[in-house]
Amino acid sequence: MIAASFDYSAPETLADALRVLSDDPEAKILAGGQSLIPIMKLRLSIPSQVVDLGGIIDLHAIAEEEGIIRIGSMTTHEQVEHSELLSEKCPLLVAAASGIGDVQVRNRGTIGGSVAHADPAADYPAALQALDAKVKVVSSAGEKIIPIDEFIVDALTTALEPDEIITEIHVPTESTGIGTAYETIVQPASGYAIVGVAARIGLSEGNISFARVGITGVGSKAYRALAVEKALEGQPAKDDTYGIASRVAAEGVEALEDLHASSEYRAHLATVFTCRAIAAAAGRAQ
Amino acid sequence: MQRAIKVTVNGKEYEREVEPRMLLVHFLREELGLTGTHIGCETTVCGACTVMLEGHTVKSCTVLAVQANGKNLETIESVASDGDLHPIQEGFWNEHGLQCGFCTPGMIMSVKQLLGDNPNPSRDEIRHAIEGNLCRCTGYQHIVKSVESAAKAMVQE
Ligand SMILES: Cc1cc2nc3c(=O)[nH]c(=O)nc-3n(C[C@H](O)[C@H](O)[C@H](O)COP(=O)(O)OP(=O)(O)OC[C@H]3O[C@@H](n4cnc5c(N)ncnc54)[C@H](O)[C@@H]3O)c2cc1C
Ligand code: FES
Ligand code: FES
Repeated sequence: MIAASFDYSAPETLADALRVLSDDPEAKILAGGQSLIPIMKLRLSIPSQVVDLGGIIDLHAIAEEEGIIRIGSMTTHEQVEHSELLSEKCPLLVAAASGIGDVQVRNRGTIGGSVAHADPAADYPAALQALDAKVKVVSSAGEKIIPIDEFIVDALTTALEPDEIITEIHVPTESTGIGTAYETIVQPASGYAIVGVAARIGLSEGNISFARVGITGVGSKAYRALAVEKALEGQPAKDDTYGIASRVAAEGVEALEDLHASSEYRAHLATVFTCRAIAAAAGRAQ
Repeated sequence: MQRAIKVTVNGKEYEREVEPRMLLVHFLREELGLTGTHIGCETTVCGACTVMLEGHTVKSCTVLAVQANGKNLETIESVASDGDLHPIQEGFWNEHGLQCGFCTPGMIMSVKQLLGDNPNPSRDEIRHAIEGNLCRCTGYQHIVKSVESAAKAMVQE
């Protein structure tokens, strides 16, 4: 399987990469290539040229300042999985990264690529939603910081314009008293989530003071389970609360159907894994 | 349009002109004649094409040869030295870690990465590390035993 011909450049600076994109609307960015190269081999994508971000060193850093962790878009899943800073300050992201695909895919695939690709079953989007993360995008016209919920529009569709590059993902540093968990059931051949639920729960005096729940794999895009969050907030932190709140995990969502799971089964799994994720996160918040 | 690339493969430098769409696995096999790296699925699933790029395993059917420009690669051909099998290869030999052998080059590269990072892995860790490598023959049981045996031999070395 061979892609259609294309031209290739590997700029060393962001400015050079942006110039190529603004000159050629048919150009496509290449990050880890773990989604783009397969699609190009199938000729579902036929870019005129490919702009490889691999040579832009600035896009690889993970750093924390003023309560925000900035993760360079070219940070690989493997680097997130093994980041000491993230395992201490943002274990939810580490949990999501370590479940992606397999070792070889994690060695190449990047967080920016995953977010830009917006696969409805990708692991990062649910975790980033639970974390209230933001996506920093840059074009020759300037930069924008977009909340993850607004960034992911639908299956394989984002708010990204063709001349924009994702440079960073911003995640707030966790305050104390908050616990997180990522619970998934995966399709064993690919590792993609059939259902994946990221929960972030805050407790105060035995009650749930704060709840964020992101769900991937169920709908055409990862979504915040707002009804679950509402049913949790202010309630006592106990199993009954989690069970009742989880029932609305797939409310108002048209659950996907494929050969791995029917629509009803996916919606059911959403409730089961939401309950597990909430309980695990609340357990860690104490 | 051809691009000039320079790569170091198993310690040797090569310069070639390639089309940007040429996959790394085709470059290794067809341009450099290193046919130890296999092509199973060509769809990023089976791991038969696994090689090391800058010390990290990758599926070479899902990397462009141009992406390896200026980089260091290791393939299965680098694993044995002067005809002496590497302890990982010995492990696969002794514990029947292969039948048809098609998956073996990729499997061994993944195991090499695992044992480099974690010299004494548990069975679960071994299975987790070879998730990206499919074997249609062995049922994996003997592969896990081969890795355990190799780990033991390498720790004793
Ligand atoms: C076998 C296999 C199993 C997988 N399993 C999982 C899984 O379990 N869970 C999961 O979440 N994912 C999985 N993936 C997908 C994987 O995580 C990809 O790495 C990811 O979806 C894309 O990241 P990438 O860096 O490889 O991007 P690429 O493939 O290089 O690019 C993907 C898309 O994003 C665009 N893009 C990339 N970077 C940027 C940027 N910085 N700015 C703007 N646009 C950009 C590209 O133009 C392209 O359209 C799997 C992939 C494979 C091959
Ligand atoms: S040939 Fe590359 S993964 Fe199968
Ligand atoms: S030994 Fe035949 S595929 Fe693994």
